[in-house]
Amino acid sequence: MFIQLSLLILLLPLLGFIVLIFSGKRLPRQGDWLGTGLLTVTLILSVVMLISKLTGSPDETITSVFNWVVFTDAMMVGTLAIEFGIMIDNLTVVMLVVVTLVSTLVHLFSIGYMKGEKRYSRYYAYLGLFSFSMLGIVLTHNLLLMYIFWELVGVSSYLLIGFYYEKKSASNAANKAFIVNRVGDFGMFIGIMILFTGFSTVSFEGLFEAIGSGQLPFDSMGWLTASGLLIFCGAVGKSAQFPLHVWLPDAMEGPTPISALIHAATMVAAGVYLVARVFPMLTADALLVIAYVGAITALIAASIAITQYDIKKVLAYSTISQLGYMIMALGVGAFTAGFMHLVTHAAFKAGLFLGAGSVIFAMHKVLHDQHDHKTDAQDIRNMGGLKSRMPVTYWTFLIFTLAISGIPLTSGFLSKDEILAGTMAFSTLNGHWLLPLIGFVVAGLTSFYMFRLLILTFHGKPANDSIISNIKESPKVMTIPLMVLAALSLFFFYSFNPIGASAGWFYNAIERPISIVPEMMQPATWAVFYEAIHSVHTLVMILSILIAGAGILLAYFVYSKKTISAEKLAQKAGFLYKGSQNKWYFDEAYNKAFVSGSVGLAKMLHWFDDKIIDGIVNGSAVVVRGFSIVSNWIDTNVIDGLVNFTAWLSQFGGKVLSKLQTGRVQTYIVYIVFSFIVLFLLFI
Amino acid sequence: MESTFIQWLAEPALIHFLIVSAILFALGLMAVITKRNIIMVLMGVELILNSANINFVAFSRFTELSLDGQMIGMFVIIIAAAEAAVALAIVLNVFNRFNTINLDDLNTLKG
Repeated sequence: MFIQLSLLILLLPLLGFIVLIFSGKRLPRQGDWLGTGLLTVTLILSVVMLISKLTGSPDETITSVFNWVVFTDAMMVGTLAIEFGIMIDNLTVVMLVVVTLVSTLVHLFSIGYMKGEKRYSRYYAYLGLFSFSMLGIVLTHNLLLMYIFWELVGVSSYLLIGFYYEKKSASNAANKAFIVNRVGDFGMFIGIMILFTGFSTVSFEGLFEAIGSGQLPFDSMGWLTASGLLIFCGAVGKSAQFPLHVWLPDAMEGPTPISALIHAATMVAAGVYLVARVFPMLTADALLVIAYVGAITALIAASIAITQYDIKKVLAYSTISQLGYMIMALGVGAFTAGFMHLVTHAAFKAGLFLGAGSVIFAMHKVLHDQHDHKTDAQDIRNMGGLKSRMPVTYWTFLIFTLAISGIPLTSGFLSKDEILAGTMAFSTLNGHWLLPLIGFVVAGLTSFYMFRLLILTFHGKPANDSIISNIKESPKVMTIPLMVLAALSLFFFYSFNPIGASAGWFYNAIERPISIVPEMMQPATWAVFYEAIHSVHTLVMILSILIAGAGILLAYFVYSKKTISAEKLAQKAGFLYKGSQNKWYFDEAYNKAFVSGSVGLAKMLHWFDDKIIDGIVNGSAVVVRGFSIVSNWIDTNVIDGLVNFTAWLSQFGGKVLSKLQTGRVQTYIVYIVFSFIVLFLLFI
Repeated sequence: MESTFIQWLAEPALIHFLIVSAILFALGLMAVITKRNIIMVLMGVELILNSANINFVAFSRFTELSLDGQMIGMFVIIIAAAEAAVALAIVLNVFNRFNTINLDDLNTLKG
């Protein structure tokens, strides 16, 4: 039953895509009801699957496989089957619900947000394609197929970032996202190749079985670590981890609901999901690298988010930072905490983006009515005081902000707390004290920049009364998704204990998979690790609440009370402030190093092409031309001469012989008689 | 010498007829080649035909062909009559067209 249900879940959005892309414009309302309806059905099916899986067979992994392509006598490897399969375990069903839920809400929200836009039906078609490919990533049972769906979400992300492709910045951002992702995907593909060369299979089960039985690719732990890290490269690209995080802020050029769905809740979480999937085969070294990459990402992104003024850019950097958190959690082995943060983050970050979308929508409408095309509808310096104008948006936004800041009673508190406890326990065992330190700093930064955003947008004096006083709350179709997501950001959906997640259903359902890698996590065994988490948990909880509270207070004093001047603070921070505001010059550095590098290389190749290749071509042309001149001479003088000579000869002969033709019959008779006499004399 | 020639003449054999025929053929050919008038040329043709007739008859008389040669001679005479009629009709048409029957003036086929 699970397999049939999951196939239905996978294929319904594809059906929506196909119908909408070909005949969306002819459908009533351009087919938005079709996409939304299909996604609602998949959501219901996913919830049914989640409940029946968790209550019915929580420990079972259900797989169904058929051979997609079979090579009976492939070169080098012999018989080889490429399988098409579905694997369903607890991770899958939870992820299915997350994806379909956010996707459904975004579909619903978009009915209001995208109303009257150009290419409205195409927008819903792309959403369907994205949902299909994302569900494919979640459901597939082997790495190759995952890679295919991985690229498919990349394509739909590309299409949706560049949805307003008339804008140069949007099409550039789409290209940037696609190209930067390609860097990571390249690594992932090499990783898959290494595993395939070693084990002749790409299915997760097959790989884990082979590694578990002691086989290693090329008989070396180094290669196993390398393949794990290379596959992680895919996650670095897709989940916007350092150093490939630069595409995500630019991806905010897409419509805001897209940012909520793809660039906050689901697609960027695919990287985390991938790491969770291959978690059992990651070696200790690989995990350590992963943890540090996550930590660095979290720190860099959080430090940038503090100084941004674009409402979506702040949320984008906050997304990167939270993704770094999840990756770090997986890296230190706090598997459940990391994955739980993925789920809770999906809810509150999608909510934050949709809330921002609601604000932008309202701002944009007023600016449009006033024919004001100069004021940026996304700049928080142009907002302020929206609280009374947009109460639903404000209150939901407040809940999301509390959740991401990690305030008790919210879902974010549960998962973030567990992550911090995990890093702390890891450091007590292994001495990597930098990880929890970064974790706490980022927690403080997060609550600071989120409340800065909240205060500047919704509190305080309006920046421009004539705009703000005309702002109206967004329509129901946009506020209902916000309310649903706000409800899901509360603790009781994940655990009935508001200060501890470990007793909730989530922790029971998602267990850290047993590692199959030999000499894993020496010297700390997992039992020791859990013990350590338990012992530091209370301390971490108090610390994290204090730090988050400090961040909130600082934001309150700086931006609401203004007892601390933001300018003076910025001045004191000096180069830190400038660096943060300029995103630590990553774009500039990449421009210098890679873009200029490739432009330089292209110029060099152009020079080579221009001078050497063209030189060869031109040289050969000159030679051929010389030959043709000679052959032309021969042609006109020798060949034509011969031809003309023949013509002249026959003309001359004709002239001479025509003298014989006198026209007088008697002459001819004389010829005949004489000829006869001659012949007679000759032959007789 | 004289007597042998007379004697040769007194006993007519095939060769005598052939000589007469050859002379007749030569005269006919001469007429065909040299005469300017088409009618004269046609008469030359008749001479040539008759020289052939003499040959047929002579060969018929002096060899074992019996009357076959005479028969063919009869045919030739009849056909010559028909040919003369056709030729004269052509000559009439030529005269209608060129207003002359002088062969030297009929040279439109000159190359």
